[in-house]
Amino acid sequence: MSAKPDYTLYHPRWYRRRVSVWWWLQKRSYTAFVLRELTSVFVAFFAVVYLWQFHALAQGPEAYARFLARLRTPFFLTLDTVAFLFVLFHAVTWFDLTPKAMVVRLRGKRVPDLVIVSLNYAAWLALSGVVAFMLLRA
Amino acid sequence: MMQRITPLLWLLFSAGGTVAALLFPVHLFLTGLAFPLGWLEAPDYEHLHRLLTHPVIRLYLFVLISLPLFHWAHRFRYTLYDGLQLKHLTALIAVLCYGAALLGTAATAYVLWIIP
Repeated sequence: MSAKPDYTLYHPRWYRRRVSVWWWLQKRSYTAFVLRELTSVFVAFFAVVYLWQFHALAQGPEAYARFLARLRTPFFLTLDTVAFLFVLFHAVTWFDLTPKAMVVRLRGKRVPDLVIVSLNYAAWLALSGVVAFMLLRA
Repeated sequence: MMQRITPLLWLLFSAGGTVAALLFPVHLFLTGLAFPLGWLEAPDYEHLHRLLTHPVIRLYLFVLISLPLFHWAHRFRYTLYDGLQLKHLTALIAVLCYGAALLGTAATAYVLWIIP
């Protein structure tokens, strides 16, 4: 027995079967889980693209025009299409998860999941409309 | 240290996830697809500049870019642990992920600050 055992975050298990790195391909629900987790990569990707847009904007009209031209290349169109699908997947899974992560009670009664999910989608629609209005207003 | 700030990191993760869910689809659809493909006309330089004269818009953009970066950092960190079974690299991965999000946040603040 060592005097000072290493502290581990998890309960130590004496025997562990090796699990393949591809464990998440064995079952559809596992695959959906990992795909959902990977949406975060595309979320970060778009955050960086948006930052890039304002970086270009800070540099002047030519830099902004170059940014717009760059987004018209097949490379970015493909990447943005994939990213859009992943971000949509994130939005839908996130909204559906909200009532499970956050239980809301009104006058002692639990607000039905469907109400919370519907409110999420309503907010989504409304905010999307506002953003489109702001960006498209000529 | 990690134990103490975990609630804060989770809060940033969930706030960022909500921002990304509510606002990224429309921004990405417009900027990444509708404008480049010519379905809709991209806002010109002057239009965006006019929008940016409002401090509220700059604050909005700061939140829009920064919080989802923390959302990514938190989620991606656990994806690396579970997906690639890298539990032994816990500290390194955490530093890299949250460090990148912090760096992105600083860059966002700087860029939004210097736009005239």
